[in-house]
Amino acid sequence: MSSDAILEVQNLSVSFTRAGKEMKAVDDVSFTVGAGETLGLVGESGSGKTTIGRALLRLLPSANTTAKGSVRYKGQDLITLPSEDMRRMRDRLQMIFQDPLSSFNPRRNVEDIVAEGLVIQGKPASERKTRVQSALADVGFDIDLVAGRKPHQFSGGQCQRIAIARSLAVEPELIVCDEPVASLDVSVQAQVINLLQDIRENRNLALIFISHDLAVVKNVSDRVAVLYMGRIVEIGTGPQIYTRPAHPYTRTLLEAVPVVDATRKIEPDGKRTVMPSRNRPQGGCAFRSRCPRATDICAQVVPTLQPAPGGQMVACHHPHDEPAPGMAA
Amino acid sequence: MYSEATRPILSCAAMTCEMDSVSGPLQILQDINFTLAPRRALGIVGESGAGKSMLVKAIMGIAPKGLKTMGRIELEGQDLLALKPRDRARLIGRKVGIVFQNPMTSLNPFVQIGRQIEEAGCIHMGLSKAEARSRAIELLSFVGLPDPEDCYDYYPHQFSGGMKQRIMIAAALICQPDLLIADEATTALDVTVQKEVLDLLQTIQAERQMSMILVSHNLGVVAGRTDEILVLYGGNVVEYGPTAEVFRNPRHRYTEALLSAMPAMDQPAHTRLRTIPGQPPNLANRPAGCPFAPRCPSAQAICHEVMPPMSAGIHPDHRFACHFPLAELPRPAQQEVAHVQ
Repeated sequence: MSSDAILEVQNLSVSFTRAGKEMKAVDDVSFTVGAGETLGLVGESGSGKTTIGRALLRLLPSANTTAKGSVRYKGQDLITLPSEDMRRMRDRLQMIFQDPLSSFNPRRNVEDIVAEGLVIQGKPASERKTRVQSALADVGFDIDLVAGRKPHQFSGGQCQRIAIARSLAVEPELIVCDEPVASLDVSVQAQVINLLQDIRENRNLALIFISHDLAVVKNVSDRVAVLYMGRIVEIGTGPQIYTRPAHPYTRTLLEAVPVVDATRKIEPDGKRTVMPSRNRPQGGCAFRSRCPRATDICAQVVPTLQPAPGGQMVACHHPHDEPAPGMAA
Repeated sequence: MYSEATRPILSCAAMTCEMDSVSGPLQILQDINFTLAPRRALGIVGESGAGKSMLVKAIMGIAPKGLKTMGRIELEGQDLLALKPRDRARLIGRKVGIVFQNPMTSLNPFVQIGRQIEEAGCIHMGLSKAEARSRAIELLSFVGLPDPEDCYDYYPHQFSGGMKQRIMIAAALICQPDLLIADEATTALDVTVQKEVLDLLQTIQAERQMSMILVSHNLGVVAGRTDEILVLYGGNVVEYGPTAEVFRNPRHRYTEALLSAMPAMDQPAHTRLRTIPGQPPNLANRPAGCPFAPRCPSAQAICHEVMPPMSAGIHPDHRFACHFPLAELPRPAQQEVAHVQ
């Protein structure tokens, strides 16, 4: 783990209450992000990826939601920060969403959309103009060509680039990217991924990259955290997670990725996932009902993150220590 | 490609779809040709706007109003376009099952799922209530729902996304179709559930000796699960051949570009991805030549003027529409990639 962490998340828990029932969306999650580092968060739907991303930036709904633990950004705890200070914090912490169109005001011009954050910060008009121009240039747009155009006049990939420009305009140090390429076609997805990589390098940006696509996460991340039912089950560097996954869940995920391989002939197996209920959590390890390695202890003791043979941290009573079959570094 | 001298389940010949719009007629699909033999699986891949779903809808006869379909579509030898709409619907309802991307828009939230599964069986097969019920329960257990008798009375909201997709598969199977079409059926599902549903489709196809069409934007979904693939770009077939052969040795430059734009699991982090510059073609204003020419790094003058015909390489079933195809790769020593029936 990096020693110069800019973001330190400790024991973060988020729960939603609906009709008197409490649902733990994020359960005791801790991780750090260093300057210029990319942390990938992967997991299935409902694993808490998006909730973590939103909790970091305090974008969760306020009603019926409780967030506990601490999120320290350069020493300041964001969870307890007064809203006025949090607002000022947002020029250093930004977010990009899956569907850019729904995060834009459809009636506004592109240059006004990109300038939104700067207006909130109270930057003078002249400075706004130059910063919008350079942010748009960073994502490959010439301001003279796009000025005056509305979001609907752009394609999905272009809209995502505008969303990136909007978050870059305030010159942040960390961007939470929530499924930024999930709705894009493969050819466009490659453009946006390359763009994010360039910006990260040029600006020494830290990224939290949330995605369900393990191949995309592998490409963009320095470190990867695998989430299951609101908990981190495995966290380590990309090569550790992908070549020597220790948690059976990580292996299940990796085996399920549809890869393009000419020599592959898939033999279907009849396995069927029974997802355990979130409202009535079973004791012990949350993955045990799906786990081929589960034993008695898994039903009794919740595993905590421990060092695995490969060097990563894993929360499992029976971690794998052999390299994953067919996974190159 | 078709070693057995059997009649194809489905064939499209010179199929073209057009739709009027304010900016003139849109060529949605142009000159589509393919044949699907019994018990084979065909993958149809392409990016959004390539015409994947329109192709499926045109075959099923459920295309939006105003779509003109020309050419020939044959289902077990019957020319679908020559049939009256009513007869066509009867034939397709009986012979073809389809599963769409979003089960929630296909399932009626107010009707018990058992009844929804039966519906087509009662209409097309004339099943009695009791017969339909027992068949629906049998199918529910076949697609892997626990306690099928109880499930029969449940409503769609009581199931997860993967389970709803299994219910849709059960409904598609009620008439014992000869052809099952899955149109982006696993796109909305988590990878682990996606794998299970794809495994299920593959198992069903083998057990029931059906043909199958898997439509997906994800090349990985069709790899290893289909016998042939059809790559669509801008409403044209750009490459068509045995799946393993197309992945091993793509000949069309679009197929190759698409494959290398995908992040691969065996690349190290921060590997630069190859991008495809430009935009897919505007259907109202098609280029005269190859639809991919404006984005193709190897395009020459002829590519912008003349539509390349489908030509074959050494492998006679592997065809591609490109004036300057990629080189043929030598075959691997042991003929592993040749598909075995």
